[in-house]
Amino acid sequence: MAALRLTMGGGNWFSALALGVTLLKCLLIPTYHSTDFEVHRNWLAITHSLPVSQWYYEATSEWTLDYPPFFAWFEYALSHVAKYFDQEMLNVRNLNYSSTRTLLFQRFSVILTDALFVYAVHECCKCIDGKKAGKELTEKPKFILSVLLLWNFGLLIVDHIHFQYNGFLFGLMLLSIARLFQKRHMEGAFLFAVLLHFKHIYLYVAPAYGTYLLRSYCFTANKPDGSVRWNSFSFVRLLSLGLIVFLVSALSLGPFLAMNQLPQVLSRLFPFKRGLCHAYWAPNFWALYNTLDKVLSVLGLELKLLDSNKIPKASMTSGLVQQFQHTVLPSVTPLATLICTLIAILPSVFCLWFKPQGPRGFLRCLILCALSSFLFGWHVHEKAILLAVLPMSLLSVGKAGDASIFLILTTTGHYSLFPLLFTAPELPIKILLMLLFTIYSISSLKTLFRFTSPASVCYFFCLYWILSFKTSRLYVCCEGP
Amino acid sequence: MEKWHLMTIVVLIGLTVRWTVSLNSYSGAGKPPMFGDYEAQRHWQEITFNLPVKQWYFNSSDNNLQYWGLDYPPLTAYHSLLCAYVAEFINPDWIALHTSHGYESQAHKLFMRTTVLIADLLIYIPAVVLYSCCLKEISTKKKCFSLQIANVLCILLYPGLILIDYGHFQYNSVSLGFALWGVLGVSCDWDLLGSLAFCLAINYKQMELYHSLPFFCFLLGKCFKKGLKGKGFVLLIKLACTVVASFILCWLPFCTETEQTLQVLRRLFPVDRGLFEDKVANIWCSFSIFLKIKDIWPHHFQIIISFCFTFLSLLPACIKLTLQPSSKGFRFTLVSCALSFFLFSFQVHEKSILLVSLPVCLVLSEIPFMSTWFLLVSTFSMLPLLLKDGLLMPLVVTTMAFFIACATSFSIFEKTSEEELQLKSFSLSVRKYLPYFTFLSRIIQYLFLVSVITMVLLTLMTVTLDPPQKLPDLFSVLVCFVSCLHFLFFLVYFNIIIMWDSKGGRNQKKIN
Repeated sequence: MAALRLTMGGGNWFSALALGVTLLKCLLIPTYHSTDFEVHRNWLAITHSLPVSQWYYEATSEWTLDYPPFFAWFEYALSHVAKYFDQEMLNVRNLNYSSTRTLLFQRFSVILTDALFVYAVHECCKCIDGKKAGKELTEKPKFILSVLLLWNFGLLIVDHIHFQYNGFLFGLMLLSIARLFQKRHMEGAFLFAVLLHFKHIYLYVAPAYGTYLLRSYCFTANKPDGSVRWNSFSFVRLLSLGLIVFLVSALSLGPFLAMNQLPQVLSRLFPFKRGLCHAYWAPNFWALYNTLDKVLSVLGLELKLLDSNKIPKASMTSGLVQQFQHTVLPSVTPLATLICTLIAILPSVFCLWFKPQGPRGFLRCLILCALSSFLFGWHVHEKAILLAVLPMSLLSVGKAGDASIFLILTTTGHYSLFPLLFTAPELPIKILLMLLFTIYSISSLKTLFRFTSPASVCYFFCLYWILSFKTSRLYVCCEGP
Repeated sequence: MEKWHLMTIVVLIGLTVRWTVSLNSYSGAGKPPMFGDYEAQRHWQEITFNLPVKQWYFNSSDNNLQYWGLDYPPLTAYHSLLCAYVAEFINPDWIALHTSHGYESQAHKLFMRTTVLIADLLIYIPAVVLYSCCLKEISTKKKCFSLQIANVLCILLYPGLILIDYGHFQYNSVSLGFALWGVLGVSCDWDLLGSLAFCLAINYKQMELYHSLPFFCFLLGKCFKKGLKGKGFVLLIKLACTVVASFILCWLPFCTETEQTLQVLRRLFPVDRGLFEDKVANIWCSFSIFLKIKDIWPHHFQIIISFCFTFLSLLPACIKLTLQPSSKGFRFTLVSCALSFFLFSFQVHEKSILLVSLPVCLVLSEIPFMSTWFLLVSTFSMLPLLLKDGLLMPLVVTTMAFFIACATSFSIFEKTSEEELQLKSFSLSVRKYLPYFTFLSRIIQYLFLVSVITMVLLTLMTVTLDPPQKLPDLFSVLVCFVSCLHFLFFLVYFNIIIMWDSKGGRNQKKIN
C-alpha cells in the first residue's frame, strides 16, 4: 500500500502524463491507417525473409526500402517479435496484408518504441530553467514543456493514426539536443550520427550540428568579444568527432559498400525522380510557385497568350507522384532547390559561427535549418514540419517572444497536417485533439509569460472559425453508402 | 491557468476518449437474425418514423414486438423520431420500413455514434460541469477550482458509461443527464426545475424510478421543514402540479385511450418475464447458483419477496432523509436506494448498475477512495457483456485511465483514514462495545488490494482460458458473484455513512 502511495503521489506528474498519452495511443489503435502501414509491413517482410544483399534491390511491392540501413536493421529486429503475432505478415508476396494481429503488432511497436521519446522529453525537462515558475504545478515550465512534447498533436496523428515511427526518431534528436545542452558533446554527436542513419531526412538540420560542434566544441575558447580564438582549436576533439561519425557510418553503410551496393542504396535514399512536390503538396514555397504557375497558365489560356497544344500534359494537381514541368515559370531542378535552401540557411549558420550563444543559439539555428529545408526542399512531405515544431517547443517555455512564434508555427503546422486524415470517423478526433493542444498551448504559455498579445488572440479565433467550418464537412461525409 | 481553459481541455479529453471508444464494435454487430441494442435503436427510428403514434407500442404486421419492440417510455420514442428525421434526410434506406432490418454500414454507424455524442454533449456533459462548479461542499477546500476540474475529469472518464453508450450502444447519457440536472436543481433549491428534469429522466427510461424515492423523500422533507401549514404546503402543491403536468405532456398522445396507456405500461414493466434474465450481479442471480429459486418459487411469490427485500433495505435511509433533508444525505441516499433496487429488484439488467454509478460519481470528491473502488467494480461487473461486444481493449484502457486520473487527482491512497472514509462516528460507537476496533481502515485497505487482484485475475482468466465443458458459464457467473459480494459490502458501507452522519441534525444515531 505504501509503495502504491509513493507511485501515485503528486510528485510523479511526469509518469501520469506519459501513461495518460500512452493510453490515448492505445485508444487510437482502431483508427484509419495510411499506406505507410503497408510500407512498414513490407519492410518487415523484406528484412525478415531476404538476405541483406537483397534488401535494397527487392521490388515486389511498390514500397521499396528507402530509409538508411539502421532503420532496416530496426525492422529486422521487430520482425523477430512479429513472427509470434502473425507469421503471414512476413511474407513478401502478401501485399496489403493487414490481419487484426498485424495491426495490433504494428501499432504496439510504435507505442512501445515511443519509450525513447518519453525518456528524451524527461532529459529535455532537466535542461529547462524553472526559476520563473509559479507555485502551481501546471504553471511550471517543465510541466508545460512535457505536455507540449508528450501530447504533441502532430506527432500523435502522424505516428498513431497515419502510422509512422517518428516517435523514437524524434526521441533520438531531442536526446542529442539535451546532451548538447548538458555539454556532453560527444554523446550528442554520436546520437545525431545514429539518427542520420535511421532516417536521412535529418540531414536538413546537419548544418546546424556541424557548425555548432565545430565552433563551440572544437574551438575551446572565445575572445572577449565573442569571436573565434583560432589558437584554441583542439585537433583531438575534431578527430574524435570525425571518428564517431566515421564509425557510425561504417557500421551502417559498410556492409553495402563491401557488396558494391552503395550507388543502389543512395538511389533508393534520394529518389529525385519523384518530383518537386509530393502527391499532396506540402505547404512550402514550391506550392506557392506551382500555384502561381497554374494561375498564370490559366490566365494565359484565357487571354489567348498561350497555345494549349504546347502545354505539357502532366498536371501537378493530378495527385500523382511524378516529374513534370512548369508551364509559364521556369522549371525547378533539384540543384535549384538545394541552392535556395543553402541561401536560406546561410544567415543562421553565419550567426552560429560568428556569434555563438551556446546551446540555445544552436537550437535556434537548428529550427531555422529545418524550416528553410521545409520551405525550399525537393519533394518535401507536410509531416516534415514536425522537425521544426518539436525543437521549437524547447524554446517556447524560455522567452515570451519565442512563445508567440511557437504558437503561430505550431498551430499552422498542425493545421497543415489535417489533410493527412481525410476519413469521416477520424474527423472528430483530429478536431478534438487539435483544439485540445491549441487551447492548452495558448493558455499555458499565456499564463507563464503573462502576456496578452492581441494578435495571437485574433489568430486563435480565426482558427476556431476555420475549424468549425470543417465540422460542416462531417455532414457531407455521412452521405454515401 | 485560467479555470475555463482547463475545464474546456478536460471536456475535450472526455469527448476524445468517447469518440475513440466509439470506433470499436457495437452490440450485435454482424450477428443476424436479432443483432443487438444498436439494431434495436435503429429499429425504433424506423417504427416511430413510419408508423402513426397509436401503433408504436402495439403488436401489428408492421410492428413485430418480438423483434425489438419499444419498451422505454415515450420520450425515448420522440428522441428516436427526431433522429429518424435526420436519418431520412441523409439516407432513407436506413429507416425504410421492413427493408432496413439489420442495416449495417460505415456511414450508418457514424450517424448513430454522432447522435449519441450530440445527446451527451447537450445533456450530460453540461450537467457534470455545472454540478462540479456549483456545489458548495467542494469549494470549501482550498484551491477549489483544481478540485472541481479533477472532479469533472474523473466523472467524464468513468469507463462504465463510456463503454455502454459509445461501445455497446445506448443512450444512457440522456436519462442520467436529466437525472443529474434534477439533482442539481433540487440541491440548489430550484425545486421545480429539478423535479421537471427528473420527470423527463423517468419518462426517458423507466429505470430512473430507482432514483425516485430519494427525490420524493428529499422534497417531502423540504416541505416539512418549511412547515406544512405555510410555505411547505405551497411547495408541495407546486411540485405535484409540475410532476403531473410533465407526465401529461410526455404521455399526451397515449392519454386519450385507456388501452393505449395500459399497453405502454405493459411494455415498460414486463412483470411476466421473471426475477432476472441472463447473468446479473444481484442477489437473486447469485442466490440461484445454490438454489434455483426461479424454478422453485411461484411467480407472484418472487415478485412479493423482491418487493419486500428492496423496500426493507432502503427504508431506513429514506426515512432519515425525510426527517433530516440535506444535500449530502440526498446524494448518499441516491446511492443506497439505487443499489438496493439493483440488488433486490425485479428484472434487473447488468447495465442498471449505471444508475448506481451516477450518484457515486457525485460523491467522488467526498469519499474518493471508496467511490473509485466502487466505480471500478461496477465496470468490472459488466465484463461479460463488454467482452461479447469485442470491447476488451477500450475496457482495459479506459479503466486504467480512470484509475490513474482518480489516483493522481484525489490522492486516494492517502485518504484511507477513518475520518476520510466518513466512518469516524461509526467506529467511535463500535469502540464503545469493542475497544480494540481500531483497525478498520487497515482492513479496508487490504480488502481493496484483494478485490483488485481478484478482478484482474478473473479478467485474465475470462479472456485467456476456455471454461470447462460442464460449466460453460463459469466465468460470467464468477464475475457476477464476486461483483454481488462487493455490492453488498458497499450497500452496508453507504448505509452506515447515512445513518451515522452527524451533520445537520441533533438526533444522530439511528439503530439500523
